[in-house]
This record gives sequence, C-alpha cells and structure tokens, in this order.
Amino acid sequence: MAEIIVVTSGKGGVGKTTTSASLACGLAKAGKRTAVIDFDVGLRNLDLIMGCERRVVYDFVNVVHGEASIKQALIKDKRFENLYILAASQTRDKDALTKEGVEKVLKDLADDGFDFIVCDSPAGIEKGAFLAMYFADRAVVVVNPEVSSVRDSDRILGLLASKTKRAENGERVKENLLLTRYSPARVEKGDMLSIADVEEILGLKVIGVIPESPEVLQSSNSGNPVILDEASNAGMAYVDAVARILGEEKPLRFITVEKKGFFSKIFGG
Amino acid sequence: MGLFDFLSQRSKNTANVAKDRLRIIIEQGRRERGAPDYLPMLQRELLEVIKKYINVDIEAVKVDLHKDGEHELLDISVTLPEKGAAAAG
Repeated sequence: MAEIIVVTSGKGGVGKTTTSASLACGLAKAGKRTAVIDFDVGLRNLDLIMGCERRVVYDFVNVVHGEASIKQALIKDKRFENLYILAASQTRDKDALTKEGVEKVLKDLADDGFDFIVCDSPAGIEKGAFLAMYFADRAVVVVNPEVSSVRDSDRILGLLASKTKRAENGERVKENLLLTRYSPARVEKGDMLSIADVEEILGLKVIGVIPESPEVLQSSNSGNPVILDEASNAGMAYVDAVARILGEEKPLRFITVEKKGFFSKIFGG
Repeated sequence: MGLFDFLSQRSKNTANVAKDRLRIIIEQGRRERGAPDYLPMLQRELLEVIKKYINVDIEAVKVDLHKDGEHELLDISVTLPEKGAAAAG
C-alpha cells in the first residue's frame, strides 16, 4: 500500500519544494520506493531543486492527458535507484489537471509498488493545491514562524479536514506540522514565534523543526536536496523528520541557541 | 537615540504581539469556516419574519453555531427594542 504524502502550506515561499525534495530523498535513502510529483503546473520547480531539470521529457500533464505513459514520464534519480520524479508541465495552465487524471496516476504508481508518493503542492488554495491534497493519507504542513504563514496554515488544516477524500469518507488525513526557517536566536530575543507558540496556535505538534541555514540556498543552487548535506543542521533536521514520519522517536535538535565554547570564542569556529 | 528609547526597544517582545493577534484572527476564521453556508441566508429570512411583528434592525438578529461537546447548537438571539419603540408594522 502506497502512502500518499502532500507537502502543503497555503502561503508561498515557505519551503514546500525544498521539503518535498528532502523528504523524498530521505525516504528513498531509507530504502522506500518513492515518487515525488510536482503539482505546480505552469511554475515547475521541483526538477530544479532535485537537479534533474535537463532530463524532463514528459510531464505530469502529459500523463494525465494520455500523451505519455507514467513510465515514460518518471525521471529516475541519479543518486537513489528507488527514487523517481514526475515534473509539472511548464506550458499548461493549472486547469490542465483533473481529479480523475490525478487519481489514475496515483493508482498506477501504487500498483507499481511505490511505498511513498510525495505530492509537492503549489501555493494558494486553488485547483492545483486542492488536487495535491485530495488523495493524501498524510499532510506535511510547512509553516514559517511568521504571522501570515501561520494563519494560512490554519486555513490549510481546515481544508484538509473537509475537502479531502479521507474527510469525505469520515476519516482524517494525518496532519504533521513542519516548522521551517526557525531561528532560535531570534526566538530568544522575542522577535520570532517559538515552537510552543506555533503548536499552541495551530493545535498541532511539530514533526520537525528545520533551522534557518545558509546550506538550504546552497543546496538549491546545486540541485542537491539539503537532506543530503548531512554536515548541515538543516540537513540533519530533515533526516530526523523523515525518521519520525517512518515512526521513529527522535528528540528535536537545533532548537536552542548554540553556545560557543571558550576555545571557539577565542580561536573562532 | 536616548536611553529610554533604547530601553523601550529592548523590552518590546513582538513575538508575543504576533501570538496574540494570531490567536484572535484564527479563532474568528475557524468560527466562520465551521459555519454552514446557509447561516447568512437564515439570518436574513429570520429578520424578514421578525420585522413583520416587531420593528427591529439588522443588528438585532444574531445566528451562531456553537459546538457543545458532541452536539452543535444553533443559537438564535433577537434583541428586542425598548418598550415604546416597538410597534408592529
């Protein structure tokens, strides 16, 4: 049985694609056969973050419209043999996806033996975002510790509880909060909402906290999802988040200000 | 910048301000979101009926949906005008 995970947020620019790419790589690295799909039709970007932008021949819309088979359109990742990417179409508009078409693609992937299907949602609450979440078993709601992102996340949580297939069947989509761009130093100064604040406002526990870190931009520059940079705090935080999705218990890391030791104060480091 | 400006800036905790504002706005959003689509229409039609008998204005009729444990309560309240002002049309 494939588990369908939607990575969503409502607000744009909070780290959905970065998260989708890292979760997909992390799940694949854990031995799970994983597909990651870009639902942002017209604004394709997952291919860039995954580093396969020059290998896109057919896309999601081609498959939905029967212009290509799912096998033709899946791009095999160069790092993990059990990881595949389905790119969004760059030329079509967002109405090019249909509920039936999306359902068929997801079913074909599940029948093909995929363990996880990660759906990278576009921003907003229109058709693309709706289709990305509709068939989900689990939602990773990406939120920044910032007012507009938190409010939009609450809106998305409301939609997950009412406008999804699971909700229509009287079930719940498993909801996970992923707090990104977190800066412990700014929280300590009183400039930024804390983990506890966001959890309290949204009534949901976090499944991971990704610290604000320069490696995230470096990773997207080079097309290597940040989870693969295991020397970076953000990368390690994503590794932990994937472990928690797979059911492991892991304490949160990188959520307090790193105190510099005596030697590093003197010698730098 | 004077000493007092400096002190007041230091003590300003904007994260708490954000938290308070979010609490209020999200609470309001959830109330509106949970409410069925027919509530505004119900409110208008109730007002029409009540107006036949009592001279009330639009603010007088409030229709709210509350959750009370497992139950949902449709709370309709009508504020009647003060005695003397009321006159059936």
